Amino acid sequence: MTTATFSIRRGGPTGGEMVDYQTEVSEGMVVLDAVHQIQAESASDLACRWNCKAGKCGSCSAEINGMPKLMCMTRLDTIPLDVPVTIEPMRAFPAIKDLITDVSWNYEVKKRIKKFKPRPPDAEDGTWRMQQEDIDRVQEFRKCIECFLCQDVCHVLRDHAMHEEFIGPRFLVYSAALEMHPLDTEDRLQELKDMHGIGYCNITKCCTKVCPENITITDNAIIPLKERVVDEFYDPVKKFVKLFRRRKHDR
Amino acid sequence: MFDDIPDLYKDQTADTEEEGWRYVIGDRDARRPPELLTRDHVARCIVREVKAGRGSPHGGVFLDIAWIKEKIPNAAEHIKKKLPSMYHQFKQLANLDITEEPMEIGPTTHYIMGGIRVDGDTQASTVLGLFAAGECAAGINGANRLGGNSLSDLIVFGKRAGEYAAIFAKENGHGTIDNDEVERIAKGTLEPFEREGGENPYTIQQDLQEMMQELVGIVRTEEEMVQALEGIEQLKRRSANTFVPGNIDFNPGWHTALDLHNLLTVSEAIARAAIERKESRGGQYRDDYPAKDPEFGKVNVSLKKDADGRMQIARVWIPEMPVELKQIIEEMG
Ligand SMILES: Cc1cc2nc3c(=O)[nH]c(=O)nc-3n(C[C@H](O)[C@H](O)[C@H](O)COP(=O)(O)OP(=O)(O)OC[C@H]3O[C@@H](n4cnc5c(N)ncnc54)[C@H](O)[C@@H]3O)c2cc1C
Ligand code: SF4
Ligand code: SF4
Ligand code: FES
Repeated sequence: MTTATFSIRRGGPTGGEMVDYQTEVSEGMVVLDAVHQIQAESASDLACRWNCKAGKCGSCSAEINGMPKLMCMTRLDTIPLDVPVTIEPMRAFPAIKDLITDVSWNYEVKKRIKKFKPRPPDAEDGTWRMQQEDIDRVQEFRKCIECFLCQDVCHVLRDHAMHEEFIGPRFLVYSAALEMHPLDTEDRLQELKDMHGIGYCNITKCCTKVCPENITITDNAIIPLKERVVDEFYDPVKKFVKLFRRRKHDR
Repeated sequence: MFDDIPDLYKDQTADTEEEGWRYVIGDRDARRPPELLTRDHVARCIVREVKAGRGSPHGGVFLDIAWIKEKIPNAAEHIKKKLPSMYHQFKQLANLDITEEPMEIGPTTHYIMGGIRVDGDTQASTVLGLFAAGECAAGINGANRLGGNSLSDLIVFGKRAGEYAAIFAKENGHGTIDNDEVERIAKGTLEPFEREGGENPYTIQQDLQEMMQELVGIVRTEEEMVQALEGIEQLKRRSANTFVPGNIDFNPGWHTALDLHNLLTVSEAIARAAIERKESRGGQYRDDYPAKDPEFGKVNVSLKKDADGRMQIARVWIPEMPVELKQIIEEMG
């Protein structure tokens, strides 16, 4: 048994301070275990969100030694324990208490994205037919556990606080899952360009690096969406065709 | 496990590893391998192995799926595709590649089969206006929930509970609230903040957890469960003397202090009902009554609070199965 020090952010919505706690660590422990141990031993009012302890519910997001991570999936033997381990709440969202942040902005953003609109059923019995490869393309996006770690790390939200203008990587993944769905008939490109701010993403790939589900956010979701937006609004040939169509229509 | 297959499942279970493998690769003439028997049986087999001194280093057993590479090409890819979460979790949490090495496993709490007694159609409980569905409700799974059935339960009976609760609310309006009672309870919930020098609620929770695991766990006996009831009484006294620092905002210590009452109530109900049921059936395994007793198959054990606040136990007849359900079961053979 060895003792390790955890420096944890304590406090309400503003201010707050880092407080050091010592606890014994043993084989197989993750950061969330240490936090629970600290709650049981020396700080029973230490607030942290968690539920599954299996990397599936997305509620235990925090910044461990400055890195956005799930506390339940971060093994203690992957971080140095000879110096204090810092645990802070996600910075891109308002703090509520200790390690808990208010992530409700994300739920509001999600409501603004146009829902799935499938084409009419292909068969009489109300079912559809799809190609496996078309489904495989969106399968990756469905792994998202809504931990919002990608939102936390994205500089557009984290450093520039453009929460009004930009929906963030999580919701670009969500939009991509809908846009690339073989049955979907909705068009979300106009919003992506104008209200959802896809142009603010400058492809730094930080979001991809922190995703605990290893979703290739930038390459597989954002870049293809950007390409679609470009094709739709900036492609000279298409623009011409559109103009022509509109004229025809005007007549 | 081939030498320990319950009689009920003998006809449907493979006799040899060879037959089990054929089942796995889709041979319709082969029967299921015994690892796919019900969870309670598998859990007991694990406990038996550990007790016999054949357990793994951390007190479980080994589960090996890597060996299929001897049987099929691309086994590693196949495992990753079929069990993506398990592969990912073992890799990240245990630094172990399940396509290469065996996993160490052991039984943990998975589901609670008992719960709030509800009407099967409306999900109304015996408390007027209280509806329950899902894991907190009792009945739908009988003595043993089968894999996957919780999700279907939640969707079907959650919808029903909501609909019938809405009808009830429309028809009945709201009841009256005893303000004095509300105030008394609200005041009571704040007491842990004032009991400077009281006990840490986490310690009590942990003691309860360990005791229930040991005395009312996978293999049960009357003697141990009676011991548990005594333990619960002691813990109840301790739970009335908890102290928590801080205030009511997002305070997990305070929540634990408040949860103790419910945890102890449920623990006591489980122990009392398990003592009353002098047989083994589904998730309940009694070492002192290892066989199934058809008489107990006709009753549920029901507990309610009497006028003094104590648990009152009764056996109630299970209603006759509706004709249309019986028909379905017969059709399925
Ligand atoms: C590891 C594991 C794997 C499983 N896998 C499967 C599977 O593959 N398929 C399947 O069908 N089932 C599975 N189950 C079972 C299934 O997940 C659960 O039975 C189901 O999720 C229960 O849902 P519920 O809504 O009834 O209860 P819960 O999801 O437990 O919801 C209860 C809610 O009540 C809240 N609560 C508790 N106390 C209070 C209080 N005092 N005040 C306010 N709120 C309170 C809790 O926070 C919680 O949110 C699994 C279970 C486990 C543990
Ligand atoms: S790639 Fe785009 S969305 Fe992802 S972190 Fe960078 S700027 Fe943000
Ligand atoms: S995309 Fe990845 S990092 Fe972002 S919310 Fe989903 S799971 Fe979390
Ligand atoms: S507790 Fe659910 S993801 Fe960590």
